[in-house]
Amino acid sequence: MALPVRYSFRNALVRWRSTLATVLGIALVVFVFVLLQSLAAGIEKSSGNTGDPRNILVVRKGATAESASLISRENFRQIQYFEEIARTERGEPIISADVLVLINLPRRNNGGEANVLLRGVTPRGMELRPQVTLVAGRWFTPGKREVVVSAKLARRFANFDLGESFKSGTAQLTVVGWLDGGGSAFDSECWLDADEARAIFERDMYSSFLIRPKDEVAGTNLIARIENDRRFKLKAEKEVEYYRKQTMTAAPIKWLGGFLAVMMSVGAVFAAMNTMYAAVGARTREIGTLRVLGFRRRAVVVALLIEGGFLAFLGGVLGCALAFYWNGYTTATLGFETFSEIVFQFRVTPLLVIEGLVFAVIVGVIGTLLPAVRASRLPVIVALKSV
Amino acid sequence: MIGRFMAAEAEEPIVQIRELFKVYQQGEINVTALNGISLDITRGEFLTLMGPSGSGKSTLLHIIAGVDRPTSGSCHVQGIDVTALNESELADWRNHNVGFVFQTFNLIPVLTAYENVELPLLLTRLSSGERRRQVQTALELVGLADRQHHLPRQLSGGQEQRVAIARALVTDPSLIVADEPTGNLDSHSAQDVLTILQSLSRSAGKTVIMVTHDPKAAAYGSRSVHLEKGELSN
Repeated sequence: MALPVRYSFRNALVRWRSTLATVLGIALVVFVFVLLQSLAAGIEKSSGNTGDPRNILVVRKGATAESASLISRENFRQIQYFEEIARTERGEPIISADVLVLINLPRRNNGGEANVLLRGVTPRGMELRPQVTLVAGRWFTPGKREVVVSAKLARRFANFDLGESFKSGTAQLTVVGWLDGGGSAFDSECWLDADEARAIFERDMYSSFLIRPKDEVAGTNLIARIENDRRFKLKAEKEVEYYRKQTMTAAPIKWLGGFLAVMMSVGAVFAAMNTMYAAVGARTREIGTLRVLGFRRRAVVVALLIEGGFLAFLGGVLGCALAFYWNGYTTATLGFETFSEIVFQFRVTPLLVIEGLVFAVIVGVIGTLLPAVRASRLPVIVALKSV
Repeated sequence: MIGRFMAAEAEEPIVQIRELFKVYQQGEINVTALNGISLDITRGEFLTLMGPSGSGKSTLLHIIAGVDRPTSGSCHVQGIDVTALNESELADWRNHNVGFVFQTFNLIPVLTAYENVELPLLLTRLSSGERRRQVQTALELVGLADRQHHLPRQLSGGQEQRVAIARALVTDPSLIVADEPTGNLDSHSAQDVLTILQSLSRSAGKTVIMVTHDPKAAAYGSRSVHLEKGELSN
């Protein structure tokens, strides 16, 4: 029979001064763990949130990102007549050939320079990406050297306010609007007219095609047709699938989060151990009394483990609460796929909170195990005689 | 709870100790705490163990109560050789058969008087209602029903010891062992505690074994045994 849980809880709380350090130590570990994982989750969410499930994206075979892909105009002419592609009421194929270019621009407040992804997009491409909306100014006028920048990038880069302009290649681009990508990867892009982009950057080729097939079956057939046609050397997949795979940037952050958490948890385990050794040392006679009353060794160990686990749980809750403060905060990093600035938000998901709490309890239980076992192994008579 | 013991036969030996030795190893020196003790204690007796410090009285009490083991010899309590039980069996046996009263009360500081008294009952199969009734009865018996929600630090020394007695009684054990129960109490509180222990023996038929230095305390017992250097001196 176990000791009442209230015994463990009250003991944990009654020594609040000595246990506060342990709670804070574990809270710090959980905070770092959850915060770094929420960064990775934010990047994944940004990529996973991008695209329309009906669309098919085509890039050059072997290209890891649209910006690293080149597709000939001849390929475009051939593919646009495929019968799997949906057509407008006027019979035009719903396909957009985009041009993506990386340009180096200065950050605000002399914060150095960073790459920005510039997408030359057709009117059709804009229709295929309804999640992108204009939040300020107006859309660019085709044929003019105008650009619409992401509102989130506008807060980070110099000369991105409406009416301002920046030099790119030989051209001076004027910012006429701000777009919002709805938490997608498009929040890390600047859009301008596709033909203008090709002219400014002297691109004879396209970067990618975005296609709307007639239906699901036509989409599957289209992917197979493009992939199997030896003339093309192109890779076609659903747009959402393509972006879901663009999570390479999150991997090292996740790894770092795990690594730091493991390193710090070693310290936290010792902190918990120290606290519990002190707690057990001060209660040796009490433990002896419990044994005299008939409680077995196992009951004593379980009671102390619950106590240590409870302390750690409190630390976990505090750590998660601190991390949650950053939930939704927008930040940016260098995207490893595009080598451009990608904007995303910290995402403290329910799963991350659960992981953080479980992690905390494991740290607490491991830290408590040795003192608990030591206390339970003490002969009853020795425990009773302790001062 | 109490009535069962009223019917017990007064002269039936509850404790039978034969040739009990306890030798401690202190560095390279062997210290003999008990040197071949043989003793019978009858049911319902209030036995006091007296003697100077280091005479072995507490060691004898601990062996009878199953918290220490002898080096050799036997100690039968209600026909069971407690020296032959393993750790787990001893824990169960203590819970069912022995009530403990310590000099330093040994209450759990984070639990209320009620919860302290209830502790030994948590190891039984009693329902929470039955447990409540027994705890109330035990606390009423020691006159502390109105203090049941107090923590030990909110009680006087005498009240703490009465809670400890209630805890010792609550499982209705045949044997109550008390190690210097009045050692930390003022004379008035000591008198209260000794009166309760005496009435447990006289009215409830409990066998009480008490270690004490104090002849006045020993006078409450029905028989007194003196130990000197690990041997019975009378």
